[in-house]
Amino acid sequence: MRPMRVPFGPPEWRIGGVRFRAVAQPAVIGSRIGRRTIGPASSGTSRSSLTEDRSKMASIRCFLRSGKSAVSVVLRREFSKTSPAAVQVNVRDALNQAMDEELERDEKVFLLGEEVAQYDGAYKVSRGLWKKYGDKRIIDTPITEMGFAGIAVGAAFAGLRPICEFMTWNFSMQAIDQVINSAAKTYYMSAGAQPVPIVFRGPNGSSAGVAAQHSQCFAAWYGHCPGLKVVSPWNSEDARGLLKAAIRDNNPVVFLENELMYGVPFDLSEEVMHKDFVLPIGKAKVERQGTHITLVSHSRCVGFCLDAAAVLAKEGVECEHMDVVTLAVVNLRTIRPLDVETIEASVMKTGHLVTVEGGWPQYGVGAEICARIMEGPAFNYLDAPAVRVTGVDIPMPYAKILEDHSVPQIKDIIFTVKKVLNM
Amino acid sequence: MPSRFNLIEEDRQQKGGEKRSETAGRWQHDSMQKMLTIISNVLRGSASRHGAQVVSEAASMVASSRSYADFTPEATFDIKKVDLHRLEEGPPLTATLTREEGLKYYRTMQTIRRMELKADQLYKQKIIRGFCHLYDGQEACAVGIEGGITLSDHLITAYRAHGYTLTRGGTVREIMAELTGRRGGIAKGKGGSMHMYTKNFYGGNGIVGAQVPLGAGVALACKYLGNDQLCVSLYGDGAANQGQIFETYNMSSLWKLPIIFICENNQYGMGTSVERSSASTEYYKRGDYIPGLRVDGMDVLCVREATKFAADHCRSGKGPILMELQTYRYHGHSMSDPGVSYRTREEIQEVRSKSDPISMLKDRMLSNNMASIEELKEIDIAVRKEIEDAAQFATTDPEPPLDDLCSHIFANDQPFEVRGATPWTKLTSTS
Repeated sequence: MRPMRVPFGPPEWRIGGVRFRAVAQPAVIGSRIGRRTIGPASSGTSRSSLTEDRSKMASIRCFLRSGKSAVSVVLRREFSKTSPAAVQVNVRDALNQAMDEELERDEKVFLLGEEVAQYDGAYKVSRGLWKKYGDKRIIDTPITEMGFAGIAVGAAFAGLRPICEFMTWNFSMQAIDQVINSAAKTYYMSAGAQPVPIVFRGPNGSSAGVAAQHSQCFAAWYGHCPGLKVVSPWNSEDARGLLKAAIRDNNPVVFLENELMYGVPFDLSEEVMHKDFVLPIGKAKVERQGTHITLVSHSRCVGFCLDAAAVLAKEGVECEHMDVVTLAVVNLRTIRPLDVETIEASVMKTGHLVTVEGGWPQYGVGAEICARIMEGPAFNYLDAPAVRVTGVDIPMPYAKILEDHSVPQIKDIIFTVKKVLNM
Repeated sequence: MPSRFNLIEEDRQQKGGEKRSETAGRWQHDSMQKMLTIISNVLRGSASRHGAQVVSEAASMVASSRSYADFTPEATFDIKKVDLHRLEEGPPLTATLTREEGLKYYRTMQTIRRMELKADQLYKQKIIRGFCHLYDGQEACAVGIEGGITLSDHLITAYRAHGYTLTRGGTVREIMAELTGRRGGIAKGKGGSMHMYTKNFYGGNGIVGAQVPLGAGVALACKYLGNDQLCVSLYGDGAANQGQIFETYNMSSLWKLPIIFICENNQYGMGTSVERSSASTEYYKRGDYIPGLRVDGMDVLCVREATKFAADHCRSGKGPILMELQTYRYHGHSMSDPGVSYRTREEIQEVRSKSDPISMLKDRMLSNNMASIEELKEIDIAVRKEIEDAAQFATTDPEPPLDDLCSHIFANDQPFEVRGATPWTKLTSTS
C-alpha cells in the first residue's frame, strides 16, 4: 500500500486506483470570516468510462473558456483504498495545530494581533488558543499595527518568541518600518549581538470580492529585503511544517498565508502530524514531475498549476494528435531565500520555464526567478524564453467578472504553456 | 530656560555646611604668599573655567592641604521641584549625594562630554562620516537616569545615543571605533553612530519614534518573564508627536507594562523649535492618562531622583509613567547642522554658562567640600587621556575585513551564499 502524501503526486498515483475529478467550488463573497461553501461534486464514475471522462473534459473546457472557474477549482481525491495513517486537515487547522504545538513546546512563544484571542481569530486560525493558553500568551491588540508590531519586535529583542499576526498583510504597510528596519536589519547592524526571533503571519494576496485595498500580494516587497525569511505555503503540509520551522527559527520570518486556502483540506500523513515535523525554510518542493516544461509557483497558484497539468495530461490522452505534455510543477514554499537550485535542476531537464504568481508582474517574484535562471547554468538549457504568468497589473476591482479576470486562471496557465511549447 | 547661575557668594550661603564659614574665615586671614600661590595656580589652570569657578577653586586650594578624610562623605541638596501630571506626590525635593557617587557622576559626564567633543573633531577631520548626533549638554540625563535604575533594567533610545552606550556598559574605545567604522567598534563597524548595542541596551535607532514601541515590547517581556525589571524608552521633543508613540501609550497603559517613557526635550527637533512643531509643548502631559513629571534635565540629581521615583512606580505594578527632561544640546542636530540658524549663539552661551550640568555638579561638590579641585582636575586629566587613547585606537584600528561584508544576516544558521554586485560574485554569509 502506498503511503499517503500530498494529494497531487505524480501520475503513478492513478495506478493505485485513484481518480481525479475537477470540482467547481463557488465562494461565498462578502464574508470576511472566510466561510466558503463547497459546491456539489459532479457525480463520479469509474475511470474506465471514456465517454464519461470525455464529457467531463468538455465541461472543464466550458468552464475554462467562460472563466467561471477562476475563483477556485479544487481537485478532490478519491481513494479506492483507504489508509488509516492519513488524516484530512485543512490549511486553517494545520496552522492552528502548528501554533498550538509550538505554544506548548516553548513558553516564550506567544501570539499577538487583532482579534486573535477572544474572537478566535478573524479567520479562525487561532481558534481555541486563548481558551487554552489565556491572556498572557494570546494577546488581543487594539487596531494599531505600527505600535503592536514594534512591541512584538521589542519583545523579541528581549528574548521572547512572538508570533505577530496581521489581519491581512495589507495592514502590514502600516507597520512595515518595524518589520524591515527594526526586525530584519537589526542582527546585521548589531554585528550579531541582537537576534530577532519573530514570526509575522497573516493572509496575503487576493481573496474574493474584497477589492483593491485588501487584495495585494506582498511576496515581492518582503522578498526584496535581506535579513528576512519569507515563506509562502500552499497546502496543509506546507502550512504546518513551515510555520513550525518559522516559530523555531531565530530570525524574522514573514509568513504569507492565503485566505482562500484556509478551508481547503489535504491529507496529512502520520509523519507530517508528528509534533516535531518541520519543513526546511529555503527549500522548494517538486510537486509533480514532468519532462516538457517547468512551472514554478507559490501559494494558491501551485494548485492552479497542478490543475493545468492534469488538464493538459488528459488532453494529451484524449486527443491522439496531441503530444502528451507533462508539466513539472515546483512549489517554491519559500520566497526568500529562493531555492534556485531546485528550479534550475528542473529547467535543465525540461528546457522551458513558466512562473506563476498572483502578484503584480513588475519587479515581482517571477521576474526574480527569470533573472536568476538567465544568470545561472540553466540558461543554456532553455529552448524558449522564460515567461511569467501573473496577476493583472491593476488594483484589484470589485465586480466578480473583473476580479476573475485580474488573477491568473488555469486557462491562462494552459495558454502560456502551449505558447512556450509552441503547441 | 531656568537660570541657574548665582553669584558664588549666594551659592556659598545657600548650600552651606559648617566647613563653609571656616573656609571663608580662613580665606580672609590668608597671607600674601598664599595668595600669590593661589593666583599663579589659577592662572595656570584651564582657560575654559568661568569666573565663579576660579574663586571657588581658589578657596578649595586653601582647603586642599587637608587629607581625603576631611572631605564631606555625603551632602543633601535642594533640587528643583518637579511639575506633576496626574500624580498626587512627586519625587523628593532634596537629594543626597555621596562623595563616591559625585565623583562617579562627574567622571561619567566628563567622559561623555570629552568623547563627544573628540567625535566633533574627528568628524571635521573626515575620519568619522555619515551621521553623528552629539550629546554634549545633555549628559545629566544619561547619567542621572542610570543612577535611578540598574544595569539589569533595560533602555532604548533614538540616534543621539553615544552617551547611553557608555552609561549602559560600552567603553569609549568601542564607541569611538564604531564611529570611525573599525573592526574594534562595538558593532564591529557594521552599525555606525546610530546602531550601537550592549547588554540590555537596544540602541541606537535611526527611525524617529520607532524605538518607543520597541521599548514597550521589551517592557512586555519583563512583565511576561516576571523578572521585576523595567524598560526606559527615550525619545525627543521632535519624536513626541509620532503616532506610534501614542499607540504605545495606549497599549502600555492597557497592559500595565513596566515602562518609563522619557522625553528628552532639548527645545529643538532638528531645526524646528518646540513652539513650531507641537500644539502642546507640555510633553509630560501628552501621555494623557499616563502620569507625568517635568524635570530639570540639566541637574543630574533631579534626573536621578525623578528616575528613582518613576522606577518605583513601575515596579509597583502601576504601569507606565512619563518623564519630560528639560535639557539642551550645545551642538546642532547633527554634525551637518551648525545649530545656529534656528537659535542664537547667545542662547547657547547662556545655557552653557548658567546651566551646564558638569559645572553644576562640580560647584556643588566643591562648595560642599566633597572633593578637591585637584582631584577633579586629576579626573579631567584621566578622562582626557582615556579619550585620547580611544581616539588613537579608533583611528589606527583596521577597518572590518571584507569577509565580514555578508555576515550576520541570520542568527544560528548554516553559512549560505549571498549574491554580490555581479552574478559571478558569490559571497558567503556566516552567522
